[in-house]
Amino acid sequence: MSVLAEYGSILLILACVFGVFMAWGVGANDVANAMGTSVGSRALTVKQAILIAMVFEFLGAYLAGGEVTSTIRKGIIDPALLAGTPELLVYGMLSALLAAGTWLLVASIVGWPVSTTHSIVGAIVGFAAVGIATEAVNWGKVSTIVMSWVVSPVLAGTISFGLFRSVQKLILNSEDPFAQAKRYVPVYMFGVGFLIAMVTLLKGLKHVFKDIGLKLSFGQSALIAVAVGILVALIGTWLLSRVQRDESLEADNRFANVEKIFAILMIFTACAMAFAHGSNDVANAVGPMAAVISIISTKTVAAKAAMPSWVLLLGGVGIVLGLATYGFKVMATIGRKITELTPSRGFAAELGAAATVVLASGTGLPISTTHTLVGAVLGVGLARGIGALNLRVIGSIFMSWIITLPAGAGLAILFFFLFKGIFS
Amino acid sequence: MAITNPLSNLFGQSPIKPMQEHMAVSVQAANELVAFMDAAIAGDWAQAETVQKSITASENEADELKKQLRLHLPKGLFLPVPRSDLLELLSMQDRIANRAKDIAGIMLGRKMAIPAKLQKKMREFLVTAVATAEQALKAINELDELLETGFSGRELKIVEKLIKDLDSLENKTDKLEVTIRASLFKLEAELPPVDVMFLYRVIEWIGDLADRSQKVGSRLQILLAR
Repeated sequence: MSVLAEYGSILLILACVFGVFMAWGVGANDVANAMGTSVGSRALTVKQAILIAMVFEFLGAYLAGGEVTSTIRKGIIDPALLAGTPELLVYGMLSALLAAGTWLLVASIVGWPVSTTHSIVGAIVGFAAVGIATEAVNWGKVSTIVMSWVVSPVLAGTISFGLFRSVQKLILNSEDPFAQAKRYVPVYMFGVGFLIAMVTLLKGLKHVFKDIGLKLSFGQSALIAVAVGILVALIGTWLLSRVQRDESLEADNRFANVEKIFAILMIFTACAMAFAHGSNDVANAVGPMAAVISIISTKTVAAKAAMPSWVLLLGGVGIVLGLATYGFKVMATIGRKITELTPSRGFAAELGAAATVVLASGTGLPISTTHTLVGAVLGVGLARGIGALNLRVIGSIFMSWIITLPAGAGLAILFFFLFKGIFS
Repeated sequence: MAITNPLSNLFGQSPIKPMQEHMAVSVQAANELVAFMDAAIAGDWAQAETVQKSITASENEADELKKQLRLHLPKGLFLPVPRSDLLELLSMQDRIANRAKDIAGIMLGRKMAIPAKLQKKMREFLVTAVATAEQALKAINELDELLETGFSGRELKIVEKLIKDLDSLENKTDKLEVTIRASLFKLEAELPPVDVMFLYRVIEWIGDLADRSQKVGSRLQILLAR
C-alpha cells in the first residue's frame, strides 16, 4: 500500500539482488551434486560437465521451471489472509531469500548440510507461520511437499534399480556384451529424450506457449516427444558407431569396452540431469523473487497473477554464473571422491534421479536433487551393482532435515521482523 | 559429525580390488616355493635362504593387506555380498601364504635334503599344488567381473567352471600325495627317522597348499550361492 508505493523500487531491487544471489548459490553448490556422478564415473571431464550444465541448467530452468516456481511463489502461502497487507508478503519473501542465502554461505563454511530447497521451504513456512499467522500457511501443500522429500529418493531408487536390472539382463549377462550394448543403448537414449521432451511439453512450456498463443493436446505432445526421442537415439547411435572396440583393454577387464558405450550414454543422461536440476532448483531463487515482483507491480496479492518469463531467465543466468565462478571447484572435489562408479551404474543412477526430479518439476513439487541422487545410487547398490555404500549417509539425510528446516525458518523469522522494523 | 555433502560420503572403499590384491600376494608366496624347492634340491642353501626371505616378505605383505581390508569394513557399509562371507574368504586366502612360509621355513631350518629317488616326484607334487593355488587366484580374480554383472547370470557359470577345475586340480594333487607317501614308505627304513618324519610333514603341508586353495574356491561358491 503506502509502504509499497514509497519503497517499491528499493524492495524490487533488493528482491532481484537476493534472487540472483540465491541462483548463484544454487549454481555454485548444487549443480556439482547433479553432475557429480558423471564426473566421478569418468564419463565426462569437469570441463565437459560444466559446459553441459551451463546449457541444460539454463534450458531446464527456463523451459520447465515454471510449475515449481509457482508453488514457491504462491502455493505454500494462502494469499487470502494477506489481502490487506501485501507488504508483509514482500518482507517475508525477501527474508526467505536472505535467510536461505545466508544459510547457504554459513553452512558451506562450517561444513553443515546444505539443501537450497529445504532452506527456502523452511524459510517461507517459518516467516508465514510465525511472522503472520499459522493459518497463513497452506499446510496441505506443505505436507505434500514434505512427503515428496521422502518419496523422491525412494522413487529414484526404484527406477534406478529397475534400470540397472535391465542393463544386467539385456547387456551385461549376455554372451557378447559389447554387441548387445550397441543394440540396446539407443533404446535408453530414446527413453531419455522422450522423457525430457514429454514433461517439458506437458508441464513446462506453459508460459512460453502462452506468449506465442500455442496450445498442444496430449496426443500432439506425445508425438513430438516421440520424435525428439528418436532424434536423440539417432544422434546417439551415430556417436556409438564411432566407438572402436579396443580388444587389448579386455584382458584386464572384460567389460572395459561396454563401459565405453555407457560413457556415451551418460552424456545424454548428464544433459537430462542438468535439465532436471535446473527445472527444479531455479524456483528456490526465483520463486520468492517472482512473488515480490508481482506484488509490487500489481499492488495486490493476487494469486492468479501471471509470472513473466524473464524472471526464469534471470534465474537461469544466475545459476550459470554460479557454476562458472565457483561450481567447477566443487564439482572437481566431488568427482574425486566418487571413484567407485562405472558408467553402467552411473547411467542407471543418473537417469533414475533425473526422471524423478523432472516428474517432480512437472507436478510442481520442490525436491532435493542431492537426496534424490543418493536414493538412486542406493537403488543401484541394492541391485548389487556397487562395491561399498556407506549407509550412514541416510542418517545424515535425516540430520539435514532436522538442521536445515529450523535454520531456514529461524533466519527467515529474524529477517522478517528486521524488514518489518526497517520499512514500517 | 555432520556430513556436508551426502554424495561425497556415499561411496565407501570397495573391498573387491583389495581382496584380489591380497590373493595375488598370497599365491605369489606359494609360487616362489618352486624356486625354493629347486635351490633346496640342488643343495644351494644360500639361494634357498634368499628365496625363503622373499616368501616371508610376501606373507607379511599379505598379512598387512588383510589387516587393512578388515579395518576398512565398518558395520555401516553396505556390500553386495554378506560381510561375514567376505571376511571368511579373506582368512582362507591368507592361510595359503601362511602354509607356504611354514614349508620354506622348516625346509631351510633343517637344511632338508630330499632323497634322490623322490626329487622328481616331489617337484611335480609341489608344482601341481602351486597350480591349484594359481587356479584359485584365477577364480578370485573374477570378483570384479562378478561385481560388474551384479553377481548374476553368465559370469556365475564362468566362475563355477573355474571352481570345478580347481577341485579336479586338488584331486590330482591328492593322488600325487598318496603316490609320494607310498614311495617314501618304501625308502624310510634307509633314512634317518627324524628326517623322515619331517619329510612326511612337508609332504602333508604341500598337500595343505592345494587343500586350502580348494577351500578358497568352495568359500567363494558359498559366497555366490547367497
